[in-house]
Amino acid sequence: MRTLLNVTVLFLASALGLVLGWLILDLPVAAVHLPEQVTALLEMSGVVHPVTAVLLNFRGYDTLLEIAVLLLALLGILALPRHVSDHQHRSPSANPVLQTLTRVLAPLMLLVAGYVLWAGAHRPGGAFQAGAVLAGAGVLLHLAGLLPAWATPGRTLRAGLAVGLLVFIAVAVALMAQGTLLQYPLGWAGALILMIEASLTLSLGLILAGFYLVLTDSRTRV
Amino acid sequence: MSTALVYALTGTALFVLGVAGLILQPHLLRKILAFNIMGSGIFLVLVGLAQRAGTPDPVPQAMVLTGIVVAIAATALALALARQLLDMCGEMRLPEEKTGKDRLDV
Amino acid sequence: MFDPMPWLILSPLIWATLAFVHGPGRGARLAVAGLILQLALAAMLAQQIVAGGVRVYAVGGWGAPLGIDLTADGLSAVMLLLTQTVALPLVFYARAYFTDHANSLRYFWPLTGYLLAAMNALFLSADVFNIYVTLELLGLAAVGLVAVAGGAGPITAAMRYLLATLLGSGAYLLGVALLYGVYGSVSLAALTPLIAADTPAVVSLAAALMLLGMMLKTALFPFHFWLPPAHGGAPAPVSALLSALVIKASFYLILRLWFDLFAPITSVTAAQLLGALGAGAVLWGSLLALRQTHLKMLVAYSTVAQLGYLFLLFPLATGVSAEVAASAWQGGVLQVVAHGLAKAAMFAAVGAMITATGRDEILGIAGVAARLPLTLFTFALAGVTIMGLPPSGGFAAKWLLLGAALASGQWWWVVVMVVGGLLSAAYVFKVLRQAFLPAEEAANFKPLPRMLEWPVLLLALASLVLGLGGGEVLSLLGAA
Repeated sequence: MRTLLNVTVLFLASALGLVLGWLILDLPVAAVHLPEQVTALLEMSGVVHPVTAVLLNFRGYDTLLEIAVLLLALLGILALPRHVSDHQHRSPSANPVLQTLTRVLAPLMLLVAGYVLWAGAHRPGGAFQAGAVLAGAGVLLHLAGLLPAWATPGRTLRAGLAVGLLVFIAVAVALMAQGTLLQYPLGWAGALILMIEASLTLSLGLILAGFYLVLTDSRTRV
Repeated sequence: MSTALVYALTGTALFVLGVAGLILQPHLLRKILAFNIMGSGIFLVLVGLAQRAGTPDPVPQAMVLTGIVVAIAATALALALARQLLDMCGEMRLPEEKTGKDRLDV
Repeated sequence: MFDPMPWLILSPLIWATLAFVHGPGRGARLAVAGLILQLALAAMLAQQIVAGGVRVYAVGGWGAPLGIDLTADGLSAVMLLLTQTVALPLVFYARAYFTDHANSLRYFWPLTGYLLAAMNALFLSADVFNIYVTLELLGLAAVGLVAVAGGAGPITAAMRYLLATLLGSGAYLLGVALLYGVYGSVSLAALTPLIAADTPAVVSLAAALMLLGMMLKTALFPFHFWLPPAHGGAPAPVSALLSALVIKASFYLILRLWFDLFAPITSVTAAQLLGALGAGAVLWGSLLALRQTHLKMLVAYSTVAQLGYLFLLFPLATGVSAEVAASAWQGGVLQVVAHGLAKAAMFAAVGAMITATGRDEILGIAGVAARLPLTLFTFALAGVTIMGLPPSGGFAAKWLLLGAALASGQWWWVVVMVVGGLLSAAYVFKVLRQAFLPAEEAANFKPLPRMLEWPVLLLALASLVLGLGGGEVLSLLGAA
């Protein structure tokens, strides 16, 4: 029974792959050309880099929802009942290389995160990349024993996790007074986008680090 | 055949590999990895197909960024659930259906 | 003119996030306030559509295909009203339920808020990639809610559900990627006129992928394996939300794709296949529901069966005359609404019974008729809709579907619906009969708070009244 399922799935998957590959070899020219529209409206968007413009301005609503998705995933993890783990957790490594490097690298990573956030307007970068660097710094600090795992996040931490989404929504709502949702007024777009991205960086760093720090030690949580 | 189309074809292969792995692999960590491979395949198809004429297109790139973030969120939740199952049942597999009331469902 | 569309999405996002910052277990009052506001907004939107036709809202001011558009027509309005109408009594019910089961309360309110935000955003979105993001938001919220009770059973069910839902949205996203590759846009408004009968085969493959993904997420037979453990193992308010609302969201998407976007390329064969799978769901689900020994699993299998009726809509509306298609369309959407109201009431009533008796086996509810008459009455009223007895909404829906089947000569669906109705009567009466038996001597009935009984009675009454007032719903459906 099991081998029959295996064979069927493999056969169907291979068939799908072959058909799909065959079909995409010969496609007509696309009817809609979005890159031209992006380039034409880029200077009105407030940033220079087209991907950032699409992400935070033209399709900013998608970005709003995906921040909610990330926060929601962390919520789902926090909502899981705690289970005392039988696994032994090693205490943080006293390895001098790790300790020294962490102390040197963590501030540098913060600096890099800040730069990547700022650079997002002109070249690849922005809130997500900066948040990921921050989260990496958080994980590194935890591995060196400098940052404790999160048991249940306190009110300050919860506020930090939520501030990115709340600022994004607040700006979007405020802008509705003079136009539609997320319609940046000309000239203000660049500054508003930077402000949104800054709070997003903080929240994203905390959320992504949180994915690791919440799961890492189930023994001390009740 | 342009370079971008090669990416798209690779994406197709990764997608079917990921789907097969997600369905067939019994170990939960491998299922989650297969899901990520499937996601990467889809992103390659999205970007590769859109740019097959050779001109870069920022819209699918932004969509892929969104997709990656969503995949991270889903992976995190999946890993947390798998970890819970490991703590509760001792192994990282979906427990088979118990006999009795659940026995007859498909 | 004030536009309620963005606020329908922002309101649950805001109160869910505030509930999260507030703390674990908090947020019930925010939820009540938010839902009352959302219900008012949905009613306002429905009024605007009846007065002025389809409404479009360009987020960011850019307009599709560069930006993302929100669109609301009759179907969106019906689904939005259904969502807020079912959620509001369930909020009151959940507050009362969790005073008894406080260990499951951790972050229930923010999770529910995000679930409602995802549903509202899905019903309003006119951009297939944006719909993907809302689908993921919905799926993760639902999985989080299933896992909230803990225990090996619910966690396993949540894991299965998560993997199934990710596979479904993955297939959908590949379809989106193919559509963008072929046409260069992901906006429904831009894509719909471009898809004609002579599209490249890749588009048909994309359509198949998207539909298959949504079928998996809607738990259509034979992809229903994940639903009974997830809906049967979750706390009662969660089961109610999932069975009544969440699976209707992916079904709504199938309706949109089939009748709007891919309408020129849908084939009668595919429609008959969907109908056949629906028939399988009706028969197999009802049979398995009869064999269950636990209350919530019975109701969960009943969901599998009732979903099958929804898919009978497709063969009755494809390749037939316009009147028959309109009748089938109305019947299908009415079934969505009626089932949503009734199934929420049914799960809530069952949850109340389990709370009172402390047992979840069907054998354990002997004596409920004497001790908890209101709850049993709610269950019976909901059962009337599930069985399709007049004058309930379920009857009106099945009447329309039967009429369409007879008018188009597809008598085999009539057989399926009649047999399905008999089987659902069997399993509803199985529960009712047990409840009317005298209580066992050792039985211990906890008194129930009023909020655990009255709000859901309203839902069950609504599903009954829907049969009489169904014309209102149908006129809203046809308004745009």
